Amino acid sequence: MGRTLAEKVWEQHVVRRAEGEPDLLYIDLHLIHEVTSPQAFDGLRLAGRKVRRPDLTIATEDHNVPTVLGPIADPVSKTQVETLRKNAAEFGIRLHPMGDAGQGVVHIIGPQFGLTQPGMTIVCGDSHTSTHGAFGGIAFGIGTSEVEHVLATQTLPAYRPKTMAIEVSGELPVGVTAKDLILAIIAKIGTGGGQGYIVEYRGEAVRKLSMEGRMTVCNMSIEAGARAGMIAPDETTFEYLKGRPHAPQGEAWDQAVEYWKTLRTDDDAVFDKVVEIDATTLTPFVTWGTNPGQGLPLGASVPSPESFADPVERAAAERALEYMGLTAGTPLREIEVDTVFVGSCTNGRIEDLRSAAEILRGRQVKTRTLIVPGSMLVKHQAEQEGLHEVFKAAGAEWREAGCSMCLGMNPDTLQPGERSASTSNRNFEGRQGKGGRTHLVSPQVAAATAVTGRLTAPADL
Amino acid sequence: MDAFTTHTGTAVPLRRSNVDTDQIIPAVWLKQVSRTGFEKGLFAAWREDPTFVLNDPAYEGGTILVSGPDFGTGSSREHAVWALQQHGFRVVIAARFGDIFRNNSTKMGLLPVVLPGDKVEALQSAVEADPKLEVTVDLVERQVRWADEVVPFEIDDYTRWRLMEGLDDIGLTLRHADDIAAYENGRQPWLPTTV
Repeated sequence: MGRTLAEKVWEQHVVRRAEGEPDLLYIDLHLIHEVTSPQAFDGLRLAGRKVRRPDLTIATEDHNVPTVLGPIADPVSKTQVETLRKNAAEFGIRLHPMGDAGQGVVHIIGPQFGLTQPGMTIVCGDSHTSTHGAFGGIAFGIGTSEVEHVLATQTLPAYRPKTMAIEVSGELPVGVTAKDLILAIIAKIGTGGGQGYIVEYRGEAVRKLSMEGRMTVCNMSIEAGARAGMIAPDETTFEYLKGRPHAPQGEAWDQAVEYWKTLRTDDDAVFDKVVEIDATTLTPFVTWGTNPGQGLPLGASVPSPESFADPVERAAAERALEYMGLTAGTPLREIEVDTVFVGSCTNGRIEDLRSAAEILRGRQVKTRTLIVPGSMLVKHQAEQEGLHEVFKAAGAEWREAGCSMCLGMNPDTLQPGERSASTSNRNFEGRQGKGGRTHLVSPQVAAATAVTGRLTAPADL
Repeated sequence: MDAFTTHTGTAVPLRRSNVDTDQIIPAVWLKQVSRTGFEKGLFAAWREDPTFVLNDPAYEGGTILVSGPDFGTGSSREHAVWALQQHGFRVVIAARFGDIFRNNSTKMGLLPVVLPGDKVEALQSAVEADPKLEVTVDLVERQVRWADEVVPFEIDDYTRWRLMEGLDDIGLTLRHADDIAAYENGRQPWLPTTV
């Protein structure tokens, strides 16, 4: 019987397999940031251990960094960032600090350097590590104990998850994006639907996505409960990688591509679960509740809790409407927002900024609008293309790179009761600031919403 | 980590689903670089509501958290596990857990127990009827017991053994350092380094 892509990549990385034990899996790339690493480095010091492969490890500062120029004002944030600097220096790890041209959100910088390649295993103390699976590797988030484990051994003990195929047939209609697709997938399978699985996204609509779009889809796998999501590499992948600083060159490139082409699910392979989605039926999608599975097409209305048959879902909907300050039956298009946020590891790449700029060109925003590039390289490229001028002319704020309002660890937060349309990945209670209310949207919907002050699709303008 | 064999204590019923790790410990608490003091951030936003279950003196001293489904979804922050442990919890019982949270828990010796939804519900109701109800979570026998109920749960042999012995994963892996070195010699030559 044939093997799935996930099985092929997993098998390639098994260091040791023994009956009744988890596999010991080799990790090709370990990404580090300031929030989930300090206690791991402390653990190494306490045990007198070294970092086994600093040359397979890279660090950046992203969660705490302010997106306006200047030093970090919060002394606790500052200490955390300084701790990362000390640890990186002590253990010999490459770091891209604030102000560095290579600094940015950890899941944006890996791919842009060409460090994220097909068939690799990639981990980071961050649940959105699933982003990197867009290149056809296995990438997943880990906790601080596992960060320490990878630092010390470059391996992780793990059981191979089950495999799930999400088959997306047909083409996405014009105006419907990768973000809409993944939000629709999460609404369909639920926040727990992917628990215990590695998801492989397949089908015509997925193959037609750009690498940026594929990263957006894989990024939010964890919001459907799956630790890892992946997409088989193809010409789009190779084209994106070619010429990047850490991509193979010359003969090594040819060798690598030859191998990468084998990284696809065999025709006779069997998935543990298959979910089918018809792309042609999708429209712009937004969330109305407090978990990413509580989403609907923008043309719908706020649902009534009574419409949920399952009592747990009904109770969750009731609570969500109360927290969100929404009334059942209100058309989603009538919901007014205070803030629009374009950025994050979900939608902070150049293509996202281009699509937001296209909508804002020649228009004015009605709400506070933050445009936060995912990395300094994205920022630089956007400025080369003049996108920053478009944003500024529209009245939006053009910021420095970082995680920013995705989780509000830096000063970019919502005030209690404020409502945002956000291109980030989580609409949890208080995620963007205590008492803040979040509607997850695509960059296009975010930009159109900024223009009208209400949840809006570009086609409505 | 501390070994876990069997634990008897009182329980706290948390009747919510999708308890994401942002609720367990909000991001503002993640700025600490130490491993201690996180109990103050446990459910920080929810605890501002005086009717929240952790503010109910009836459940004071509870060591077993009994939650609705999809506990620990979202962010990978292990701080969620530390906050629960430092507050005094030894066990979380739910019908479903977020994969990363569940994994983090077993690394730290906080036992995540999956029970069927109707059994979770029954335990919550029993605890609400009698907050001093003794609940036993027995990892050796793989059972949760209260009143006349005996409910089995599943956990793989290896994780169970590691928890019962309180073993450090890194120490176990380093016993196979030769295997790791051998693997490294055979890695594909084009794979990138960060230098």
